[in-house]
Amino acid sequence: MSAPLTIYVPRDSAALSVGADATAAAIGREAAARGIDIKIIRNGSRGMFWLEPLVEVARDGVRHAFGPVAAADVGALFDAGFPGAGNGHPLSLGPTEELDYLANQERLTFARVGVIDPLDLAEYEALGGLEGLRRAAAMKGAEIVEAVTASGLRGRGGAGFPTGIKWKTVGEQPEGRKYVCCNADEGDSGTFADRMLMEGDPFMLLEGMAIAGFAVGAQEGYVYIRSEYPHAIATMREAVRLWEDAGLLGDDAAGSGRPFRIFIRRGAGAYICGEESSMLESLEGRRGTVRSKPPIPAIAGLHGRPTVVNNVLSLATVPVILAKGADFYKDYGQGKSLGTQPFQLAGNIKRGGLVEKAFGVSLRTLVEDFGGGTATGRPFRAAQLGGPLGAYVGIGHLDVPMTYEALAEADAMLGHGGVVLFDETVDMAGMARFAFEFCQIESCGKCTPCRIGAVRGKETVEKILRGEDVARNIALVEDLCDVMTDGSLCAMGGLTPMPVLSAIRLFPEDFDKGRVAAAAE
Amino acid sequence: MNAHQESESDEVEALVVDMCRQHDNAPAALLEILHDIQDAVGHVPQSSLAAIADALNLSRAEVHGVVSFYHDFRAAPAGTVTVKVCRAEACQSMGALTLIEDLCRRHGVTLGETSADKGLTIEPIYCLGNCALSPAALVNGKPVGRADVERVDGAIREARS
Repeated sequence: MSAPLTIYVPRDSAALSVGADATAAAIGREAAARGIDIKIIRNGSRGMFWLEPLVEVARDGVRHAFGPVAAADVGALFDAGFPGAGNGHPLSLGPTEELDYLANQERLTFARVGVIDPLDLAEYEALGGLEGLRRAAAMKGAEIVEAVTASGLRGRGGAGFPTGIKWKTVGEQPEGRKYVCCNADEGDSGTFADRMLMEGDPFMLLEGMAIAGFAVGAQEGYVYIRSEYPHAIATMREAVRLWEDAGLLGDDAAGSGRPFRIFIRRGAGAYICGEESSMLESLEGRRGTVRSKPPIPAIAGLHGRPTVVNNVLSLATVPVILAKGADFYKDYGQGKSLGTQPFQLAGNIKRGGLVEKAFGVSLRTLVEDFGGGTATGRPFRAAQLGGPLGAYVGIGHLDVPMTYEALAEADAMLGHGGVVLFDETVDMAGMARFAFEFCQIESCGKCTPCRIGAVRGKETVEKILRGEDVARNIALVEDLCDVMTDGSLCAMGGLTPMPVLSAIRLFPEDFDKGRVAAAAE
Repeated sequence: MNAHQESESDEVEALVVDMCRQHDNAPAALLEILHDIQDAVGHVPQSSLAAIADALNLSRAEVHGVVSFYHDFRAAPAGTVTVKVCRAEACQSMGALTLIEDLCRRHGVTLGETSADKGLTIEPIYCLGNCALSPAALVNGKPVGRADVERVDGAIREARS
């Protein structure tokens, strides 16, 4: 008897949002009706979302892609025998790994996402999983910290702080209760890399957290996941259970002789809890208000104890560094931006998805070569980089290399790697108004520049939109932005001026429409 | 308080005590406890706050402060079907604001409120992490990508059936 035909249908929530469950069910029904022996694996997403549901069929060790496959397409695909590309079926795309979008990436953190069954520990291990953890289990904490420092890894949550230096500080605190907290409160519009990773390769995040625990001498880890990600929460909980059963977490985690446990915690719809000190407050069961610094969390974090706080992507990259060495990782990237960055192409874009590339790739390559321009086919006008607190950029920025330094020089920021495209119909004064509105909705209320500034900023942009005293009100907004930048406790109030001021600077004509319209009447 | 309300609040109190115990009555688990209550009851009843405060050794004001801080927790039940539509930047770039207006007009509800027959709640949400398939929505927990009025209505019908 021949082996069953293996068919992959993603379980990633983005794939589910366009019908992946119905497609998988239809494949099961068709196969049963035709008496064909198949095995369906629900993998993560490859991150080519315009092709979802992306069905893959394994043949002679090569995976062939078909997409987007609606439930209604399944019968015809079975009729055609899931043919290779060029054999006539319009949904046949050819071998998955040879698709330009994937072949032109450098996937280190996302190497297994979309490839494996996310909860199959044996497959995880067969594809290089646990190698980093086993190395770390035999190393001294300081040696692990040294390896991470040498790799040049910087915090992928947005601030870009060197991960090794943060760990060193925690490791140097006196022994006792210490924590590793993973910030999975990925609230930035235009970002979904954390979600994809937790849904598609959750063990890698657990592995990174355990390595961090060994490095700094922490006994407990918490993953704070936003409630908007129910699928990621469910997958991570199951992953923790499987690791506990396998002895990878517990009193003698992974045979290290050291205890390490991980707990999954749900957020509750507050964007501000993506700010590390608000997240810690929330993990302690309180309102997610920002803490004043110092002390930094590395010295007094969760429950006042030394705490590593890292983003999902930072922690999930650590196993690769331990497994393949710091030199391997820092060979990617340029200057002080070393390694790779998972960029997320979103919004009004033809081929939206996840593109992991070495730092230094140009925005043009991402938007045009990978993204294929706007989804509507209208000319590109603006992109917002790095989430709702990031700057808007225009056509003049397309050749800026995507590194922390080059973007800072262009008055923009990388943030969590999100790129949101807008076509020519966007009203940039409206987007500036929204930046203030979002700050008003999500401000924790602790500091005045953010709490009051957001409200006054929104009102003033509304006056500009109505054409009232435009020049004076623009000057007032700019002045208010200075106060918010300099006087806010955290990035919420401190960076809201970024999208506002960049919109005013690059698209002044949009702020003058109200006045022009009023004058014409 | 009539007899019916009284027995209902007794029931809630018993549930709350049990849920707090499952989390070792740890104040740090307050968000998890509130989620558990809302998952079970559909909202966080005013009558549960005293019991939570008692179990976790917190003041009622502290518990109320947490409940009111987070957007997720509701003081009253939502409609049978809850539609959350993203209105963050990526979804706006694909017409989310128009979609929200159209949905509200079609179903005769105000954004953030529940219809008179308690059948439908339409709420704003800020990012579902489905930004490459904007606009994004969540209908009773089921994700809807490339959302338009027809697709969201289809999901509403499915949720009701």
